Amino acid sequence: MKVNGETVTAADGITVRALLDQLGYPAGRIAVEVNGAIVPRAEHDTFALHDADAVEIVCFVGGG
Amino acid sequence: MLQLTLNGSPLSLPEGSCLQDVVQQYMPKASVVIRNGFQTGENVPLHEGDSITAIEKGVMPPQDVLEHMMAARHTPQVHQRVKQACVGIAGLGGLGSNIAAMLARTGVGHLILVDFDTVEPSNLNRQNYFVSHLGMNKTDATAQLLHQINPFIQVETHTVRVDSSNAVTLFGGCDVVCEAFDNPNCKAELVSTLLSETDSVRIVAGSGMAGYGSSNDIVTRKRMSRLYVCGDGETAAANGVGLMAPRVSVCAGHQANMTLRLLLDIFEV
Repeated sequence: MKVNGETVTAADGITVRALLDQLGYPAGRIAVEVNGAIVPRAEHDTFALHDADAVEIVCFVGGG
Repeated sequence: MLQLTLNGSPLSLPEGSCLQDVVQQYMPKASVVIRNGFQTGENVPLHEGDSITAIEKGVMPPQDVLEHMMAARHTPQVHQRVKQACVGIAGLGGLGSNIAAMLARTGVGHLILVDFDTVEPSNLNRQNYFVSHLGMNKTDATAQLLHQINPFIQVETHTVRVDSSNAVTLFGGCDVVCEAFDNPNCKAELVSTLLSETDSVRIVAGSGMAGYGSSNDIVTRKRMSRLYVCGDGETAAANGVGLMAPRVSVCAGHQANMTLRLLLDIFEV
């Protein structure tokens, strides 16, 4: 699958949460879009990803 | 005859009329002359549809003329477009208080300001408040300032904490929402909620504007179909890394300009 435009290899059916863990993203300050649609935070533990999915992960840092 | 406007009122003039001659005839004391958004002292020939503004310094014009004069330096057509728009600002700290002031100057017709907090002394190093605002709700202080900047816009305030339970109620009717929180978890929660529970709201967020690194590292990126993120993407406020007016204001400027572009149906960064 593509993550932020880069090719990433992961198990078919991996959940958004597991992918975030695999890639080392911190929990909490993340927004995730898959194939152009946002994945609500409550679904990160169950939303399954598949071959050729396009995943966009935005990781926010503090300050404003 | 040429049909054009002088200080917002229609005016018919003979073909071949020139700018400074007309101003001299109708407003001989005016010292600031603006034609189609550009201030000039040249006596250029006028064209059909020109918008002329002539301002006499130190004289308070009638309310309807004041609004026209305030938008006279805008690119033509921008004022009419943004006046119809509704923009939400989530958080009125260093980003939000400055974004609010810029959008009010731009004439965005309806602003929804949301923040739960009050103004305290450490805010004054970067946020658009004065000593006289200390202790006030940030919503009330910003609304007061915006009324001084532009009395012709509608300002709606909500002194509440924004979370996933109220974000859509507060911001669901906005064309654009500026995410301007401090806390990164709150940033992500707002973005996820508004993008998943609304169909059309666009978000312009801020991420990475602490310290005094290069201004040129702060950029606007389109990260999702309806999400734009401004900042350097990495410099968090942290122990030993402060948040200061210059870089926070640069980021606020990016957010305000991307918001203006979206209101004008320009979707590229």
